[in-house]
Amino acid sequence: MLCCLISKTSGTARVAGYEVGNAVDSLKIRKLIGLVPDNVGLYESLSAYDNLDFYGKFYDCTEAQRRESIPRFLKMLGLWEKKDAAAGTFSKGMKQKLAIARALIHDPQILFMDEPTANLDPEAAVAVREIILELKKQRKTIFLNTHNLDEAQRICDRIGILNTKLRAVGTPEELEQSVRGRMTVVQLERVNEAVLAALKDLRLGDLSVEGNRISVGVTSPEKENPTILDAIFRAGGRIQSVNVVGSTLEDAYLRLVREKEKA
Amino acid sequence: MRPSKSWDVASKDFRVFLRKKNVIVSMLAFPLVIAILLTYVAGFVIGRAGGGSAGSTALLLLLPSFTFYYAIVASILPTTIASYSLVGEKVEKSLEPLLATPMTDEEILFGKGIAAFLPAMLATYLGASIFMVSTDLLTRDAFGYYYFPNLGAGTILLLLAPLSAIMSIEVNVMISSRVSDVRVSQQLGLLTVFPMAGIYLAGELGLLSFDAITFFVISAFLLIVDLLLLYATRATFRRDEILTKWK
Repeated sequence: MLCCLISKTSGTARVAGYEVGNAVDSLKIRKLIGLVPDNVGLYESLSAYDNLDFYGKFYDCTEAQRRESIPRFLKMLGLWEKKDAAAGTFSKGMKQKLAIARALIHDPQILFMDEPTANLDPEAAVAVREIILELKKQRKTIFLNTHNLDEAQRICDRIGILNTKLRAVGTPEELEQSVRGRMTVVQLERVNEAVLAALKDLRLGDLSVEGNRISVGVTSPEKENPTILDAIFRAGGRIQSVNVVGSTLEDAYLRLVREKEKA
Repeated sequence: MRPSKSWDVASKDFRVFLRKKNVIVSMLAFPLVIAILLTYVAGFVIGRAGGGSAGSTALLLLLPSFTFYYAIVASILPTTIASYSLVGEKVEKSLEPLLATPMTDEEILFGKGIAAFLPAMLATYLGASIFMVSTDLLTRDAFGYYYFPNLGAGTILLLLAPLSAIMSIEVNVMISSRVSDVRVSQQLGLLTVFPMAGIYLAGELGLLSFDAITFFVISAFLLIVDLLLLYATRATFRRDEILTKWK
């Protein structure tokens, strides 16, 4: 919808100041953005160079601009040696790289990427992620659509969680902390009532017990952990290990989805 | 609308089609086979009459309808490319990035039209040229003059054939923006042959006289049909539906 491919049903949206849904603005938006769809949609019988050349023409790039930018992007993405090979002969990773080059050919302000690493082998996925990070360094606005929360956490500055509608927006850290902050997990030789009572008396965050492992919600582990360990020790607990764990983006996603299901 | 953008779309399609041997073969084979068959029949008629006036008279009745075949050919040939134009892109998943470019619907549609029209007309003219030259060589002695070129053939090849090709392209683009399978699109697209085949049949049954004036009147009618179809093609081309409703 933001790429002006399908019409909006309601509401308003603006891309780079232009209104989505307005016919004149839609053309301007399409000129400003680059799209990497989930299916790369290359012309498989055409060479890598020709694929980029035609898209350069479609995006109003002059011949001089195309002659300069096509070799630059093909070299940047490691495809220069294959410039004359038909895109249909490429591996999935190479096709994905070529689709990224196609989206960049007109030097767009904003790049929309739909599942750019889906169905790629780990090596190709890493290569594509590195390209995205490189583009990020070049101050491109990248709108990444992914189901891979680990990827989102590693790449994105801001994340929107979408499940039918936009559930939350924030930095990865903000979203993680919105779930339950951090937890101090203490593995004991044996959990007893005295230890649990001592921890309850501290009135810290959520307390949960799983076997001989106790998890306590903390906001500042550096300050609270000595108190927790001291209380356990005084109550006769024998500590085997202590870990501080943070909640993940996945926890945030699951919480938001479950909240929606309950509602 | 920027014609240069349409030409960019068309030149991309040309490049893609040039790599599809089956498309090239089917585009060239059909008009050539028709040319060979029609020339053979013309030669057969002359031969049977032993070069007498009966053969010439019969052939003079047959040749206008033979020439009319090329208006039918011109309506069949674009179906291959026009059907591919949208459905093929959808099947290869290349339509989404194409529609994301800053080109208007008119620029894309016109480009697709050019990509189907030019090869179809080139193949039609190639077949017609072979038919006319070989028929002239065969009938020169019987007629005492070269039958081709003449006004009727000129009207068919310069007016009727291009207009019937345009009609076929418009109908095929409309169909291909509605269906999701290239073969279904081509099969439905071949329905555009019926109006031209109907005219041919009417001529053979004596309901129409196959002369330059009739061809000119049919051309004028086709021009109106083409303009109406152009409006309908533009009105029924919806990016949303093409991208979201196709399975």
